[in-house]
Amino acid sequence: MAAPMNSNASSLQCKHGKTYLLYFANHHTDFRVAELVALADMFGIDLPVADLKFLDKECPFFVVHLSSEADAKQLASRSVLIKSIIELWGHGITHEDLFEDLRKSKDSVMSHLMDTASFKIVVDGFNKSLPQKYKVQRIERLTEDALPFSGKIDLKNPDQLYYLLEDYGKQSKNADSVPQHVYFGRWIADGNRNEIQNQEVNKRSFIGNTSMEASLSLLMANLSKVQKNMLVIDPFVGTGSILVPCAYHQAYVMGTDINYLLLHAKAKPSRHKQKTRSPDESIRNNLAGYGLEAYYGDIMVADASRHAMWRTTEIFDAIITDPPYGIREGAKKVGKEEAVTLTPDQRVDHIPQKVEYDLSNIFTDLLNFAYKFLRTGGRLTYWFPVHRANYKEENIPHHPSMRLVSNCEQTMNLRISRRLITMEKIQQYREDESLASQTHVDHYLNSSFRNMYFNVPENQQKSVTTEGNTPDSKKPP
Amino acid sequence: MKLLTHNFLTSNIIKGVKNGYPLSILPGKVEMKEVDFNPEFITRMLPKIEWSALQKAAKECGFEEGLPDTVGEEQLGDTDLLKRVHKALLEIEVVEGKLVCPESGREFPINNGIPNMLLNEDEV
Repeated sequence: MAAPMNSNASSLQCKHGKTYLLYFANHHTDFRVAELVALADMFGIDLPVADLKFLDKECPFFVVHLSSEADAKQLASRSVLIKSIIELWGHGITHEDLFEDLRKSKDSVMSHLMDTASFKIVVDGFNKSLPQKYKVQRIERLTEDALPFSGKIDLKNPDQLYYLLEDYGKQSKNADSVPQHVYFGRWIADGNRNEIQNQEVNKRSFIGNTSMEASLSLLMANLSKVQKNMLVIDPFVGTGSILVPCAYHQAYVMGTDINYLLLHAKAKPSRHKQKTRSPDESIRNNLAGYGLEAYYGDIMVADASRHAMWRTTEIFDAIITDPPYGIREGAKKVGKEEAVTLTPDQRVDHIPQKVEYDLSNIFTDLLNFAYKFLRTGGRLTYWFPVHRANYKEENIPHHPSMRLVSNCEQTMNLRISRRLITMEKIQQYREDESLASQTHVDHYLNSSFRNMYFNVPENQQKSVTTEGNTPDSKKPP
Repeated sequence: MKLLTHNFLTSNIIKGVKNGYPLSILPGKVEMKEVDFNPEFITRMLPKIEWSALQKAAKECGFEEGLPDTVGEEQLGDTDLLKRVHKALLEIEVVEGKLVCPESGREFPINNGIPNMLLNEDEV
């Protein structure tokens, strides 16, 4: 049943202001609550958080109470998961229920009905494509039986836009199916999903195998509450995809990566048929391509496990990263497996040998780094790869001064997923060895993530398509 | 490399080094790259900046003029000063050169604007 559970509280006017319908894109569905809460928090918007437990991942519609239209617009301005926000005038299981509901709220929307402003009604169905003839019939019925608009219809440049939305739920794809729930309301704002296309990875010159896709980079910036004038770092920066949306939100960006050849555009290119990287491939030029070079802080070749390279102070407002898990890009730090002696000549331009950087240590190091260099109140957001059958919440590393804010899953296949973890620093840094990151249960203790990834038990070889994940998002990390 | 970044960098990653701050700059090629002036960002950064390290770094890059010996809170409204700080922090670019550890003399190269803070195997 796809109807919102909190529907009994939904007349147009309610004691908390107005009722809005959030119309989500059917993508990254596990991240909806986390993004909403982060954005409300960032803008100081009063969001009835208790209602969010009714948000159903399978359903793209969610009814929420907000104090003002300005709040709704602000949420939409940053959201990459919301398609549109609609001022909800009425809803019901059937169109008859909807009409009944609309007649009840007629008084409060009378000004819009009597207005001579031109209008347009968009009819859209979730999980069923609706024929044009059907849409026209629906509009006619609605305007005749429930809402006698006085304005003129204008399909090109309407003054007001209305949405009639039908939810066909998850299972019903046959032509005769009827909607499980219908909604009507006035369009308030679209989400910020256009930015996903604008920031698409393959439009940049400098990319790699593991460049973070635009929708997820934008989402990470939202969960980290990245705003104007902040300073953000990605300690495993790669080709800098995560920094693009941060700079787009007018934050200054820095990054480090251990891969000298990559940062200097001398690494093997990841594009098909490209033989060598062009010398002007760089994170700086990627940002310049978006007109965002002003927000380029610096990129450095550095080993993220060496925190002492930074002066101890609360430098960063956010730390956002996708550490290498060892599937496509191995995790490395500088070290030696055998004794190495270098002559003074060899020292110049020497690229040091690297040793495997244990995945569990990457994460505990990362939390310690955040505790030391993040502003109190600032956020750390990172991906944590898991073997689904063995995963428990105790696998997530914790730190006494870092509060877990959200933990969302992106499924890769039956066995493997990655979880996007957001933490907030709640206490100022002080030198005290007891204040260190720990993992209750080490997820990678018995097997490396690479082994978990590739060793497929025979009965599980069939891959599964999970709701809300495109094939694109199933690329190995 | 910008002096904003330099201000946060140390060489304490080297075995045995305790006071690897501030790193000296041996400039090879320094450029001035215009960056939009954003007084709010500069004002936010000021409390995090080690002022004497910034002054020294600017001098090493050949930009002596304009940075007073101290900056107090009463000067935060001084747009002219903020512009000079902006210039020092964000517009001076060390394109080629070296960062030098003040304690051990170990050099970290800067190529194409990107500092290389990696140590060799035998230094970690």
